[in-house]
Amino acid sequence: MLKKLFKCLREYKRDSIIAPILIIVETALEVVVPLLMANLIDLGINDSSMPQTVKWGLLMLAATFIAYAIGIATSILSSRASAGFAKNLRQDLYHNVQTFSFSNIDKFSSSSIVTRLTTDVSNVQMAFTTIIRVAVRAPSMLAFSLVMSFIINKTLSLIYVCAIPLLALGLYLIMKFAFPIFERVFRIYDKLNRVVQENLRGIRVVKSFVREDFEREKFNSVAAALRKNFSKAEKLLSFNRPLMQLAMFTCKLLACWIGAKLIINSGGSALTTGQLSSVLTYTMQMLTSLMVLSMVFVMITMSRSSAVRILEVLEEKSSINNPESPVYEVKDGSVSFDSVMFSYARKADKPVLDNINLYIESGETIGILGGTGSSKSSLVQLIPRLYDVTGGSVKVGGVDVRDYDIETLRNSVAMVLQKNELFSGSVKDNLRWGNENASDEEIKEVCRLAQADGFISEMPDGYDTWIEQGGSNVSGGQKQRLCIARALLKKPRILILDDSTSAVDTQTDAQIRAALRTYIPETTKFIIAQRVASVQDADKIIVMDDGHINGFGTHDELMASNTIYREIYTSQLKGGMENAS
Amino acid sequence: MLRNLVSPLLRSPGPGGFGGPGGPGGRGPGGRGRGGGPRAKITKESMKTFKRILGFVFKYYKWQLLIVFICIVISSLSNTAGSLFLRTLVDDYIVPLLSLEGDAFTSLFAKFGAAVLVMGAIYLVGAGVSFLYNWIMVTVGQGCLEKIRVSLFNKMQDLPISYFDSHTYGEIMSHYTNDTDTMRQLISQSIPQLFSTVVTIAVVFVSMVTLNIWMTLLVLVFIAFMMLATAVLGGKSGANYIRQQAALGDLNGFVEEMVNGQKVVKVFCYEEKAKERFDAANEQLRSSATKANVYSSVLMPTNRLLGNLQFIVVAFIGAIIAISGKNVLGGVSLGVIISFLQLSRNFSMPVQMLSEQVNSIVLATAGANRIYKVIDAEPEVDDGKVTLVNARIQNGEVTESDVRTGIWAWKIPEANGGYSYRQLMGDVRFHNVDFAYVPDKTVLHDIDLYAEPGEKVALVGATGAGKTTITNLLNRFYEIKDGRVSYDGISIKDIKKADLRRSLGMVLQDVNLFSGTVRENIRYGKLDATDEEIVHAAKLANAHSFIEMLPDGYDTELSGDGSGLSQGQRQLLAIARCAVADPPVMVLDEATSSIDTRTESIVQRGMDQLMHGRTVFVIAHRLSTVQNSDVIMVLELGRIIERGNHEKLIAEKGKYYQLYTGLFELE
Repeated sequence: MLKKLFKCLREYKRDSIIAPILIIVETALEVVVPLLMANLIDLGINDSSMPQTVKWGLLMLAATFIAYAIGIATSILSSRASAGFAKNLRQDLYHNVQTFSFSNIDKFSSSSIVTRLTTDVSNVQMAFTTIIRVAVRAPSMLAFSLVMSFIINKTLSLIYVCAIPLLALGLYLIMKFAFPIFERVFRIYDKLNRVVQENLRGIRVVKSFVREDFEREKFNSVAAALRKNFSKAEKLLSFNRPLMQLAMFTCKLLACWIGAKLIINSGGSALTTGQLSSVLTYTMQMLTSLMVLSMVFVMITMSRSSAVRILEVLEEKSSINNPESPVYEVKDGSVSFDSVMFSYARKADKPVLDNINLYIESGETIGILGGTGSSKSSLVQLIPRLYDVTGGSVKVGGVDVRDYDIETLRNSVAMVLQKNELFSGSVKDNLRWGNENASDEEIKEVCRLAQADGFISEMPDGYDTWIEQGGSNVSGGQKQRLCIARALLKKPRILILDDSTSAVDTQTDAQIRAALRTYIPETTKFIIAQRVASVQDADKIIVMDDGHINGFGTHDELMASNTIYREIYTSQLKGGMENAS
Repeated sequence: MLRNLVSPLLRSPGPGGFGGPGGPGGRGPGGRGRGGGPRAKITKESMKTFKRILGFVFKYYKWQLLIVFICIVISSLSNTAGSLFLRTLVDDYIVPLLSLEGDAFTSLFAKFGAAVLVMGAIYLVGAGVSFLYNWIMVTVGQGCLEKIRVSLFNKMQDLPISYFDSHTYGEIMSHYTNDTDTMRQLISQSIPQLFSTVVTIAVVFVSMVTLNIWMTLLVLVFIAFMMLATAVLGGKSGANYIRQQAALGDLNGFVEEMVNGQKVVKVFCYEEKAKERFDAANEQLRSSATKANVYSSVLMPTNRLLGNLQFIVVAFIGAIIAISGKNVLGGVSLGVIISFLQLSRNFSMPVQMLSEQVNSIVLATAGANRIYKVIDAEPEVDDGKVTLVNARIQNGEVTESDVRTGIWAWKIPEANGGYSYRQLMGDVRFHNVDFAYVPDKTVLHDIDLYAEPGEKVALVGATGAGKTTITNLLNRFYEIKDGRVSYDGISIKDIKKADLRRSLGMVLQDVNLFSGTVRENIRYGKLDATDEEIVHAAKLANAHSFIEMLPDGYDTELSGDGSGLSQGQRQLLAIARCAVADPPVMVLDEATSSIDTRTESIVQRGMDQLMHGRTVFVIAHRLSTVQNSDVIMVLELGRIIERGNHEKLIAEKGKYYQLYTGLFELE
């Protein structure tokens, strides 16, 4: 797993390797300092020798400054490496998301992709920073200190040889027991947040059903579970410090006792007072390193789940790819469906589209009608190859959509999605999504066709008016018309409007249809609608029901022969010709 | 969240931890560099909040805190004793023992053994109390946190709807995540640490002064340098940190917007352009993050350098004093120098941390303050005394019933202490009602409206005309500004809010479902509903057939607000949820807007059956939804401009007629 993530290092590989090496050097220097100190005490102070004091003092000073210089270098390198790593990681993720097909996006859901690109990357970045700084520093500190105390005195260092494994075992046990509890805590945390979130969003439901107390009980039980589990985990962790202290104190006292005896028995030749002081310093450094190491370990393990989630996105392969030798030209706007089968999930028991056969000539206007969930959208989404069929084939201009270059196909088949989005930027910016190089005149032209020119001109800054994120500062009907204009700018051979005029009044709706008929007669047009009025004058109308084509013909034919069509017609007639929603 | 949970784990044993033999460089390699993050200023408000938090913690955990504080004092005494012991070890034992022989040696050596044992005991006590206080603090910290969370949530349930209008979900959610997290750190870490730091500083300072006052002054000079370095680097890092956060916000905002519109990106083949824009923002973040990190991580080696320098200078000057003459500057022995080296380290570390801790406390009080603002917010007013009861009617006399009878009555308290009963008929009247969400921006003007018992009343009008507002006044989500709303002749202000709302079944346009099974979601309408009642309600709402098609039928788990369902299906569930409550009066606010017209007519048949003889308010864009209403009111800009039934309004050829014939856009 690490290997795959580290692939994102690239140009920051050098920094990420040099930084830990420098840290090792820095640590070595730092470990030498107590030894120099010992000499300063023994040869300088104890022997009352000023030249010796100055000599060792200067050496210490030199070591300290070199260590500082290296420390600065390490800081710069490691900061660069970790920020760079995170940048590459985000970039790889985002670029891969751009290759995703609709079904890839459905699989992850947008919000989960967003979390992976933001929170999860931050978590992994933090773990990375810790690895290249602390995770190297602590063990090398441990190793060097051990070596140094060995050099000073073998008998004394035996204390650590015994103490370190014992402490390590203790820390390991604590972590081992605490870790699963922490995982549980995270899950309860999520649940707590979910309860609050649902309560917040549904506060009107809660209040109108007078369920405040019910919600309180729900929350209280989660809050209590959180406290219980969190306390458990933290209590386990609270053994850490005393364990550490106990080990440290024991080592110190043993070192004092054994060391003092050594000094006295040998008359200061086997061990000196200064050396004893240094050994005590090493004791602390070793045990602290061990403690830090165990914490780092926990942290890295905790960020593991983030790493897994990131890798899932990184490794996801687009389910729709360009063919080997793609076709780069769409001849005309004819569309045919041959025995098309389709379902979103491979293992679904019931296909979403079941044996669809259709032929539509270039330039025809096709209305599509049907109840909620009758697979109207699924049918048209196959034309620009947003999803691949599971059986049969869809042909555009006589060529299987799977044989086209995807960009060529999608530029020829413009689709206005049901759940459409505008992005923060000016009106013009948004429209230019359809054609980056469109001239102002061209933009005005398509807006006139989409009946959008009128309200855009009335906006304070006209075509330069700023659209808020999600288009929240324009009305639903205006948003739909902007989306149609944006699609028209592509000059497509096929135009698909998936319930794209639902918030537009009938009159404007009719005007849009008339404009489309007059100004782009060669373009094949698919119009999905709820209102019979929106499709009534189409060349042909498809009536969808439960994944099947229930009827296909003109308005008059369907009125005569199709029960569902007639029912829809009458249900709307009752409410007049008009349904404004 | 991960960061917040992990950071305390990463903290190496801080002040009040152990006092090891002093040594250069031993500064625990902490996780993130200290001094990162924004600097905060102590203000009057932060002091007030801090006091309030202390008061809160003391109120519930007085004894525990007392024990903790005693433990902290003992712990830091024992640590300092450890550092001082080195002096005793060297000066009183090792040096004399080196020159002694015979009995004198033996007896001193025995004393030395005893001293080590005493020291061992002191250490043991130190470790023991440190365990004890960590253990207790877990209980205190988590206990306080639960209390805060619960009182926050409890309070939230009592807040008026207007509160939720003026605060975003993200804002409120952050009280439960970020703000409680900082509270947790404040209570279980910062406060005890601060105390421990202060105690340690005091104890060590006294010890140092006792050992040698001149060397103490030297140490103080170095401390001043360290604090200066921290302030300078911390300031630089803070400025860069803010820039980094801004860049991160930009990038995350971009990702959120673009990924949510990813399907549009695909349809328009906008991928390359999106990558370009992303890369630019990403690079911006990288460069600012690098800068912020460099400054904060340079702080560590800098402090290490200063620590080492201090160490060298202390050693050096100590040496000079020791060598040159025994009695200069109070005189120092070898043991004093060694002890001092450690003490100076034990002193400078907490002093440095002090500024850090104060900073984190001030930052945390800001979070706590936000929580307290919610807790202190004004709750919904509810002065109503009239309650809703099940009733029986015998000989025209309304009496209270313990069981559900399908008949409801208002129980009205009388001046003499007794009660009178009035049957709930569903007669709703608005008299000259004015309303404004924000002062001076009146959205309803002089509304007069009456719904006779059993009538179906429709409200039609463009978005923002005030349709939903009228129903929101009826269930008292908002309070009217002027005029009077009465319900069966009782002012709704006199009816207890819970009972008022219980008498009104609301189905709202935006459906909110809860995590749990389909069954549980329908049962939300009536907590003690039997399975049969639930299925019956689902059938009335025409939801039964699609529920049966779900993988586990009624036991299918819904997650993420029922994201697996279509908007239409969600609306059917919401209708079923209301149907199971079987309310005397119903409000349907665009309840069928996402359901196709054919299904809608089936649902409507079920609803008509359910609501037969009961008052219903219907709000809809779609005229087919409201056409068969007894009264239709057309609203425009907060005024009722037309009223009457379908035939009458068509004949009038007014706004309704225009809508009906499609001459006008409702938006």
